[in-house]
Amino acid sequence: MSEQTTASAGAGAAAAQTPTPMVLAEHVSKSFGSNEVLKDISLEVKRGEVLCLVGPSGSGKSTFLRCINHLEQVSSGRLSVDGSLVGYREVGDRLHEMHPKDAAKQRRDIGMVFQRFNLFPHMTALENVMEAPTQVKGVSKSKARARAHELLARVGLAERADYYPAHLSGGQQQRVAIARALAMDPKLMLFDEPTSALDPELVGEVLDVMKGLAKSGMTMIVVTHEMGFAREVADTLVFMDGGVVVETGDPGEVLANPQHERTKAFLSKVL
Amino acid sequence: MSDASSGRATRPAPAGGPGAAPVPTKVVRLRHPWRIVVAVLLLAVVAVFVIDAAQREAFDWPTVGKYVFDQRVSQAAGFTLLLTVLSMVIGVVLGVILAVMRQSPNPVLKTVAWVWLWIFRGTPVYVQLVFWGLLSTIYTSIDLGVPFMEPWVSYPTTALLNTFWLAVIGLALNESAYMAEIVRAGLLSVDPGQSEAATALGMGWGTTMRRVVLPQAMRVIIPPTGNEVISMLKTTSLVTAVPFTLELYTRTRDISAAIFAPVPLLIVASIWYLAITSVLMVGQYFLEKRFARGVGARPDTGPGPVTGAMGAVDAGIAEASIAAKHGGDAR
Repeated sequence: MSEQTTASAGAGAAAAQTPTPMVLAEHVSKSFGSNEVLKDISLEVKRGEVLCLVGPSGSGKSTFLRCINHLEQVSSGRLSVDGSLVGYREVGDRLHEMHPKDAAKQRRDIGMVFQRFNLFPHMTALENVMEAPTQVKGVSKSKARARAHELLARVGLAERADYYPAHLSGGQQQRVAIARALAMDPKLMLFDEPTSALDPELVGEVLDVMKGLAKSGMTMIVVTHEMGFAREVADTLVFMDGGVVVETGDPGEVLANPQHERTKAFLSKVL
Repeated sequence: MSDASSGRATRPAPAGGPGAAPVPTKVVRLRHPWRIVVAVLLLAVVAVFVIDAAQREAFDWPTVGKYVFDQRVSQAAGFTLLLTVLSMVIGVVLGVILAVMRQSPNPVLKTVAWVWLWIFRGTPVYVQLVFWGLLSTIYTSIDLGVPFMEPWVSYPTTALLNTFWLAVIGLALNESAYMAEIVRAGLLSVDPGQSEAATALGMGWGTTMRRVVLPQAMRVIIPPTGNEVISMLKTTSLVTAVPFTLELYTRTRDISAAIFAPVPLLIVASIWYLAITSVLMVGQYFLEKRFARGVGARPDTGPGPVTGAMGAVDAGIAEASIAAKHGGDAR
């Protein structure tokens, strides 16, 4: 038998003692052509943990996030969500690329919120939230509608259910986008700079919704430039630069007392 | 509308104390006297032409009146409309399939779509129609079975496909190639973030296309498709190449040849073509309204005055769509 089998058997034994982490990245690398954007990233996100990814633009934060739900494919290394590999099936000592249909099934459990909202403009807020449950999971329209109303109320937009995205403010659109992701009952939520496209005065309302979500025990990975949010809500702060994890730790400590020069230089600019 | 706005404009300013003279706020609109002059001149020219045409022997208006509602002519108009609708419906469906095939990640589908486009867009529709007319000469029977073996069933081609259906097939396949490009332009116009969001929600490629991308592409697809419909209406006059002779143009030509009156029957044909085009344009207007959801007017938020700005925007959209349709006419 090969080394890898023993290695995975060892991992299985470890998993029996501690619960499987929600996200486990082991030596993940990603290249676009000759440009290596992620270099040997290893990190772990536990259930219920809120992890904030910070760093300068072009540091690979967003790419890493997109690898987690297989919008991008990792070039090497292993990336698993809730114990199952993303985008691959493991047969013996080989990784088989998944059929897109199976990859789509994996993504159902992972919610994603984008910087540019990406709401469906031809549907009302309510229809946006109902769309995935009815089309992907086959939930009945009446059930999906009731749940969508519930979710819109949760993000404070009960009265805007029948508005089209074009008639909502940026902050309201992003809250609808969060409700839309929650409608699939995800076990993990990914936020890709959710407040970067917003007017400063609208940032708060979106962060408040995300705080509530974190309190409810949702596992969240948040790429952000909002250091205040990171300090208040995150359990772990990861600082990335040049495709590498430079520093990881408790947000309060990393922000107050960064160990690496690069972290210090970055934080002195944003804080 | 102008009464209402001027009424609003002359209302005294609330700042003025009781008894104070109202501040003059009446708006004087910019006048365009030359527009009126040009319009009057044009009307005069048209009037001269109409009066002259009414008296001219060659137009032979009594014959026009006699044949415009002739049963043979109205029946031919029906055939023209039927040809247009059938070949457009098939052309649009095939066009959507071809465009989606060209955008698909599957190289086999891509190549098939490309070859189809190459052939049907690369040869004149008239030539294609002549070919379809010769189908029964080239393939005398249509067989079902294993190649090079005795067929299970065999039909003579002429029994399966009459000239009407050959004309429909010829027009539809040619149209599908053009529609494919129109649809593809529409698909490309949709922000890639949309399909990304759909993918992240767990939708497959097909669902994403059907529910998210195509509905948004429709806004871009409809205006040039309206053009294609009107163009198709006129292209039906070529099906005489098949030969299918019951449509409007060939039918009126046949009648005019029998009664030696070419001009009045051309006018009859033109009247019918214009009438059908007008009806189709109304249909396009409603389709455009349907697919403008999310970009057009704000949903009704309850009682309250409609603001002038919104009205102006709506009027602008209406004017633009009318202009687009006139552009379509020119083809």
